[in-house]
Amino acid sequence: MTMEISPVRKVVNSAMLSLSGICTLLVIGVLFFILGYLFVHGLRSLNLDFFTKLPKPSGETGGGMANAIVGSGKILMVATSIGVPIGFLAGIFLAEYSGKTFAFVIRYIVDLLNGVPSIVIGIVAYALVVRPMRHFSALAGGVALGIMMIPIAVRTTEEFLRSVSNSMREGAMALGATKAQTIFTVVVPAAMSGLISGMMLNLARVAGETAPLLFTALGNMFWSKGWLQPIATLPVMIYNYAIAPEEDLHQQAWAAGFVLLMLVLVVNITARTIIARGPASARR
Amino acid sequence: MASPQQQQTIRENVTVTAETSTARVPGAKCKLTARNINFYYGAFQALHGISLDVPTHRITAFIGPSGCGKSTFLRTMNRMNEALRNTRVEGELHLDEADIFSMDVTDVRRRVGMVFQKSNPFPKSIFDNVAYGLRVNGISRKSVVEEAVERSLEHAALWTEVKDKLHKPASALSGGQQQRLCIARALAVEPEVLLLDEPCSALDPIATRKIEELLFQLKEMTTIVIVTHNMQQAARLADFTGFFLLGKLIEIDDTRKIFQNPGKRETEDYVTGRFG
Repeated sequence: MTMEISPVRKVVNSAMLSLSGICTLLVIGVLFFILGYLFVHGLRSLNLDFFTKLPKPSGETGGGMANAIVGSGKILMVATSIGVPIGFLAGIFLAEYSGKTFAFVIRYIVDLLNGVPSIVIGIVAYALVVRPMRHFSALAGGVALGIMMIPIAVRTTEEFLRSVSNSMREGAMALGATKAQTIFTVVVPAAMSGLISGMMLNLARVAGETAPLLFTALGNMFWSKGWLQPIATLPVMIYNYAIAPEEDLHQQAWAAGFVLLMLVLVVNITARTIIARGPASARR
Repeated sequence: MASPQQQQTIRENVTVTAETSTARVPGAKCKLTARNINFYYGAFQALHGISLDVPTHRITAFIGPSGCGKSTFLRTMNRMNEALRNTRVEGELHLDEADIFSMDVTDVRRRVGMVFQKSNPFPKSIFDNVAYGLRVNGISRKSVVEEAVERSLEHAALWTEVKDKLHKPASALSGGQQQRLCIARALAVEPEVLLLDEPCSALDPIATRKIEELLFQLKEMTTIVIVTHNMQQAARLADFTGFFLLGKLIEIDDTRKIFQNPGKRETEDYVTGRFG
């Protein structure tokens, strides 16, 4: 018995195929549109002054964002030194020590934390650091971004430690290693390339955060000393310059956007290369 | 705690089991003695009252079909099963006079080494793999470690093959070499007993033969217990062979007797290939 395929079904089939194809093109297109647009506008406005000079006072043209570049670096350092150790150790607990049910609960909570809007985390950092110290500061901005890094740090650590073959753990324990020795001398080294690149991706993810920095690091137009003063960052500079009326500032905002995007892209690509080349033992 | 009466019954059971299934080795000392070992994975009982003696400086082999409990029993002897959740062990297990279940677990594992089915070198250099056991046990003097690494690799018949590439990653070695590296790694801490869980099942016949020759020499230094699927291997290597079936030790005796004149019908069926 042969069955006639109705023409309607054929039409629906080809319509679905082309629709999903078009949407895929759209997805790729959005990325390349952003890249291209930033490339054209950003590169045109980029010059050496951007990396070496301070911003000019309102009304003058020229100047750069040297302080914001350093400021972003300082804030990311604080964020990393808060988010990475906490997330790493909690991830170790989750992967190596906790029971099934407990791990499920923690994982759920960590995912919830990951879903908290960044502006809310900014408020938390404001309440925890800015209010008691009566100061906007690099420290406060770092705390906000550090909190944002924790959930991904936990999940990356857990995932890469779990991917280490159990035979490694058994091999170490069979030689008289304690559980902690097994984790820190065999399991973590086996997962190291994954862990490092996971943390780099994590850093790249928060590097562009603006909202939580608006009322923690605040921003300024000059060099700020130490960790307890307001400090300029690239994302906040972009925000401030983009809403300013002067055309020159718009150009600088484009340049800053371009620099930020390039940094994030470079970190992303480096991290993914490390993961792809990682030792076979870590993935076995 | 068991009541005195219950303890009496337990003791009687032990005596009975011991008489029926313990290898009697005239004049030989026993390194490990197991009495009435029961093991449970959750509600499932995987071992039923295993009692046996492992004689010093001999090779004892466990044979039996898959899932018969021979590996589970092997992993009970260095308390490796403790790492698994929801498991329980009962009975008595002694290393010389010491009660294995009440010893410090890292101490047990240093004295009772283990080599696994799949070779599992750490993602470190050849040297660091062999040195690992020493270092985690607090031995870090360079001269001592270097000497122990060389000695262990020699005992594992690997020294001449790797002496020029000690600092290359262990993963660069062939499968058979990796397994001998794992043996060297286990030997470095000078274990009194070496447990091997189907160490040749992933190796070709030539690599297998090398490991067998090696084990034959190693029994001068240590006591060996090997689980194997390969009956010829047991027949070639072992002084004593135990046959496991469905979580029970059917019998353990002189290897020749097990293969030529077994005492139990089940053993005969298995070694003659009528099942399993």
